[in-house]
Amino acid sequence: MLERAIKGTSGYWGWLIFLLALMGIGLGCYLYQFAEGLMITGMSRDVSWGLYIGQLTYFVGVAASGVMVVLPCYLHDYKAFGRITILGEFLAVASIIMCLLFVFVDLGNPVRIMNVILYPTPNSILFWDMIVLNVYMLLNIIIGWNVLAAERKGIHYQKWIKVLIYISIPWAFSIHTVTAFLYAGIPGRHYWLTAIMAARFLSSAFCSGPALLILLCLIVRKVTKFDPGKEQIRTLAGIVTYAMIINVFFFLLEIFTAFYSQIPGHMHPIVFLFKGLEGHGNLVPWMWTATVFAILSLVLLIVPATRRNEGTLTVACIILIIATWIDKGLGLIVGGFTPNPFETVTDYWPTTPEMLITIGVWATGFFVLTILYKIAISVKEEAAA
Amino acid sequence: MGVDRREFLKIAGYAALFGLGGKAAIDILAPGELEASMEGIPLTQGKRWSMVIDMRKCLKQQEAGKDGCKECIIACHREHNVPDWGNPKHAIKWIWQDKYEHAFPEHPNQFIDEGVRHKPFILMCNHCLNPPCVRVCPTQATFKREEDGIVAMDMHRCIGCRFCMAACPYGSRSFNWGNPRKAPKALNPDYPTNRAYPERSKGVVEKCNFCVELVAKGELPACVQACDKIKVHALNFGDLDNPESNVRKLLKEHYTVRRKPALGTEPNLFYII
Repeated sequence: MLERAIKGTSGYWGWLIFLLALMGIGLGCYLYQFAEGLMITGMSRDVSWGLYIGQLTYFVGVAASGVMVVLPCYLHDYKAFGRITILGEFLAVASIIMCLLFVFVDLGNPVRIMNVILYPTPNSILFWDMIVLNVYMLLNIIIGWNVLAAERKGIHYQKWIKVLIYISIPWAFSIHTVTAFLYAGIPGRHYWLTAIMAARFLSSAFCSGPALLILLCLIVRKVTKFDPGKEQIRTLAGIVTYAMIINVFFFLLEIFTAFYSQIPGHMHPIVFLFKGLEGHGNLVPWMWTATVFAILSLVLLIVPATRRNEGTLTVACIILIIATWIDKGLGLIVGGFTPNPFETVTDYWPTTPEMLITIGVWATGFFVLTILYKIAISVKEEAAA
Repeated sequence: MGVDRREFLKIAGYAALFGLGGKAAIDILAPGELEASMEGIPLTQGKRWSMVIDMRKCLKQQEAGKDGCKECIIACHREHNVPDWGNPKHAIKWIWQDKYEHAFPEHPNQFIDEGVRHKPFILMCNHCLNPPCVRVCPTQATFKREEDGIVAMDMHRCIGCRFCMAACPYGSRSFNWGNPRKAPKALNPDYPTNRAYPERSKGVVEKCNFCVELVAKGELPACVQACDKIKVHALNFGDLDNPESNVRKLLKEHYTVRRKPALGTEPNLFYII
């Protein structure tokens, strides 16, 4: 089936070349980082994780959200989603590739990465994260590929695939739970030390991931002969709406606990993010942008007329993705490190090379996604013809 | 197993020293080192190394000099090839000073005694009994030595994921954001300062190791030696497991505090205030 990836329109090739250019720039910056060390980033001894780990966290969520099409399809026998499960699964594959790359570029000593396998350490959550992410990627590659191959031949996929599909459903929840445990079990980081972290992660994943999938479906409809379907998009929009309501609700729970208890450690990171602390507040405009976008997206999603209108739905999805990205890809990490263990504030802002490396990894993810979608859609177009 | 050759030689050595004239002999070889800290030897046999920092003595010394006192920091950073980056964001700290309010942020007190308000406290790795950094490390590059409780760090296994830095609630872990050899020459004219101690590459985490390399030779940690050398004796290194040790005696006689005890990390560093 791979050969379908090398037959495409000039638009297809232009897009791939554009992504390759971004990947090349990112690679160049990475080589610079590899030579000089992570001092070329904006990270510091106080904010020792930054944009890279934020992206890891965000895209684990996008990957996990593939389950939001798989679960209704296979557990609830919601047949309409059968048409787009492959899009969810391949989005998961591309997301996990981004996650693994973001971990890689964040390592101070990437040549030693195999030490994680050479000295397996079950008490480290990072060890489990490595396992669940890789297995989830494999599951989605195997399932997606086999189901697609069966579709091409016009036959039903083999029975053992169904077993893998059932495994992949709880597995999707596990990847984001384990990723939340990276943060939620650390003493002394108040913003992260919350039992609701995994639940927050899952809710934000299940709105932002399907929102991205809606946008991808609309693009697919526009640039190919394959239509993911009006009903499918409508159902996805319902999922996005519920998940976003829960996501915002969970965040407000955090606000209540912090500010009603008045425990300084619980309040400080939130004050830093939304108001600034000790004169440092470079994330304040971002967090308020996220807040406004979250509210706006909720309005557009909850009002039936705007949710059903694909134009306003597109706007809702875009601003929802921006809001959740700021919350999880930026605020979560920096907020966790601020204030530092000495209750002082050190500013963090990514440097240009750091941003270009990040863009390079995104481009790699979208490059993989484009190729996988191209194959899947070519098969679907042929099957329809 | 009994006494092996190494241990026999060590005991024989000590015996010879003490036989020669006890305290006097050590005073000749290393003047002033003995008083407070040498109790609890042999140093190679501690089960739970700890430190009691007498901040009264330390602050008195700091206030005596015009520029304070940084002897312990200088000695440690020389011993372990710790470069000065001149940038607090990239600073590598094994032992350092920070004001009381930063060292003990969980003890806010607007009307605190002037004797400690804004006073520079000595900070380093707490060598916790229950270290979160060890719990999170994915490669066991940082580990707790079963035999003596030192939280050690293998800088040659570390992959530089910095999970331990997120996990440490004391800010006691530092990352090599760049190659130590590329640290500004003006600030580090004679780097590396100790050829006997391993250098490291960029991209690995490091921290205070309680001078495990000196303790193995039966010597006190470099910071303690430096403090004893100027006869301040504010840093007391000893075995918490031994009820007769210098540190246990100090803990029995003084009210001491630890940093962030509520987190359950069980620091092995105690402060007499």
